[in-house]
Amino acid sequence: MARTIIPFGPQHPVLPEPVHLDLVVEDEKVVEARPSIGFIHRGLEKLVEKKDYQEFTYIAERICGICSFIHGQTYCQAVETIMNLPVPPRAHYLRTIWGEFSRLHSHLLWLGLMADALGFESLFMHSWRVRERVLKIIEATTGGRVIFGTCKVGGVRRDIGPEAAADILKELDGIESDMREITRVFLKDRSVKDRMCGVGVLTKEEAYELGCVGPTLRASGVSQDMRQLGYAAFHELRFEPVTRTDGDSYARCAVRCGELFQSVDLIRQAFARLPGGDIAVKVTGNPNGEHIARTEQPRGEVVYHLKANGTKNLQRFRVRTPTFANLPALLKVLQGCELADVPVLVLTIDPCISCTER
Amino acid sequence: MGYFTLTRLALKWALSKPVTTRYPFEPRQPVPGSRGELAFTKESCVYCNICAKKCPTGALVVNRAGKRWAIDRLLCIRCGYCVESCPKKSLSLTPSHGTIAITKDREWF
Repeated sequence: MARTIIPFGPQHPVLPEPVHLDLVVEDEKVVEARPSIGFIHRGLEKLVEKKDYQEFTYIAERICGICSFIHGQTYCQAVETIMNLPVPPRAHYLRTIWGEFSRLHSHLLWLGLMADALGFESLFMHSWRVRERVLKIIEATTGGRVIFGTCKVGGVRRDIGPEAAADILKELDGIESDMREITRVFLKDRSVKDRMCGVGVLTKEEAYELGCVGPTLRASGVSQDMRQLGYAAFHELRFEPVTRTDGDSYARCAVRCGELFQSVDLIRQAFARLPGGDIAVKVTGNPNGEHIARTEQPRGEVVYHLKANGTKNLQRFRVRTPTFANLPALLKVLQGCELADVPVLVLTIDPCISCTER
Repeated sequence: MGYFTLTRLALKWALSKPVTTRYPFEPRQPVPGSRGELAFTKESCVYCNICAKKCPTGALVVNRAGKRWAIDRLLCIRCGYCVESCPKKSLSLTPSHGTIAITKDREWF
């Protein structure tokens, strides 16, 4: 059988992310996928030598437009550890709350994109309708819809008052019931299941060996979640990683659906335990040292490596993003799949290429 | 496993008002607490230049001798770093996102 190469991306209607894949196909079967990334490299890691370490929080947040807050949080956590800053517990809780809201809006966005890739446009609209409710809470509490801008070295910039907290919890009930309605369609509908069940199976061993992270790893049955490390306020909150054992596209969707409700539960727990006190400490001096920070983003584990030499500019800044870790798994599941399943499979790892290329 | 699982939701929303608005005929109401346009109060400003030094994008220019302050609206990312650092509280972020900047000129105050 003659082999043909079909280019997929960087501009593709199903995927707003600029990833390019050369799909080697035999008839309608994909034999091999060759990725090429680097279309939107912005050189953010190099910028650390030009910007003040406190100012750099803004740039760290802008690495990604969806998991922006957790990028800023990870950066701040790394600098705070190097500088030994006693971050107030209230700031830790507020970071946890905003981090979980960030996860909620990211997963709802993904569900919408997934429905769009399946051709289920009304479900896509409903997912994004619910996401809009989450974004309104985020805008009212932080001032931005996707770029929160509330995290800073030493704490957070804004506080959530008791009245605002009560309003958020009330709104959260409505969001939860809305989410129940839409996730029911994702998990029960025959047309959705037909497109996802048994498509792109990744076994537990493969997922582990290929170094997958986040929902892609948990869908294959590995119970690993960086929030278990107990950063921010997670050491005081009760949760179990959402896992599935099937390892197919449906399992990856089910993990994300489960994490929506887990996030709502974590936000409720965090509000119930929210301590009083300051939200930030005064930061003086410059960092001197090296640290590796790991946090759980909506897409999986992100690793930050920071090296400082006592000046106001950091010496080295390096990020390992979750999408980069999940790309080998994507290439694995694309081998032998049907050409029509490629968009669904690319979406199931929730690729965020602007993170990956920085 | 089921068919027509979205029917109930679709029927419910077929009888409800749409959540989308007819923008720009119906302007979006600013959300209180949103980081919108940067507002400047000329009366209290001492032209210390701290805001211009702190601005991560270099959107602000302060002319100390001529007692003038300027902003490049296209460069401003509305982060609020200048608002935090202003010693005289002359700067603030309004919830309204203001008019769209269409020229590259700086707005002088």
